[in-house]
Amino acid sequence: MADQVLDAKGLNCPLPILKAKKALNNVPTGGTLEVLATDPGAVKDFEAFCRQTGNELLESSQDGKVFIFLIKHTA
Amino acid sequence: MTDASATTGETVENTKSMAMIVSKGSLDWAYPPFILATTAAAMGQKVTMFFTFYGLTLLKKKLDLGVSTLGNPAMSMPMMGMHMVMPNLMGMIPGVDGMASGMMKGLIKKKGIASIEELRDAAIESDVSMIACQMTMDLFEYKRDDLIDGPELGGAATFIEAANKSDISLFI
Repeated sequence: MADQVLDAKGLNCPLPILKAKKALNNVPTGGTLEVLATDPGAVKDFEAFCRQTGNELLESSQDGKVFIFLIKHTA
Repeated sequence: MTDASATTGETVENTKSMAMIVSKGSLDWAYPPFILATTAAAMGQKVTMFFTFYGLTLLKKKLDLGVSTLGNPAMSMPMMGMHMVMPNLMGMIPGVDGMASGMMKGLIKKKGIASIEELRDAAIESDVSMIACQMTMDLFEYKRDDLIDGPELGGAATFIEAANKSDISLFI
């Protein structure tokens, strides 16, 4: 279970990333954030976001129309 | 499931930076600079935006942005499952640009896309550095009070200095 959950369903680029960045600020280092999104573009974007920021993308999966990202706050 | 191994490990201090010239002030042209600025800032980059000519209107306190079919030959709008092309010439008919702007704003809302006001607020909140072109202020007779708080006034040299230090430099 993630420390925090961000519901970004229905939001389009770049809002899921912007909201995730904001939410990560409230997750202690080492903690995890789960992001739920429906924007298919978010899949590649969260990979790039994590590579560039040094946060760890623990999991990227899909449940129906919802994409689920589990990010570990490491940076 | 995506292989996330590429993102594991060390903390990367992102010291990259981006500088951009924002020269256009219509609704459609306002999106790229604000989307890129807010996203780069969220990814830890230092961002400088230089607002000049029509781009300066994006710093006005009250935004009233629209689109024009004129000069947008590829514009088409989704309508009843089809795409309605908006020929250049239609822009000359009174009311068409207003209608196109209304349609665009309706779509933006419906598709969960941020408003320009929202993105501008996000940019300010994430410490994006904004520079309003002094020459344009004089040219179009804007007062400092017409613009939102935050942006500094500056000129070409101010932008060049920021651009010199940047990894990405864009003209939009």
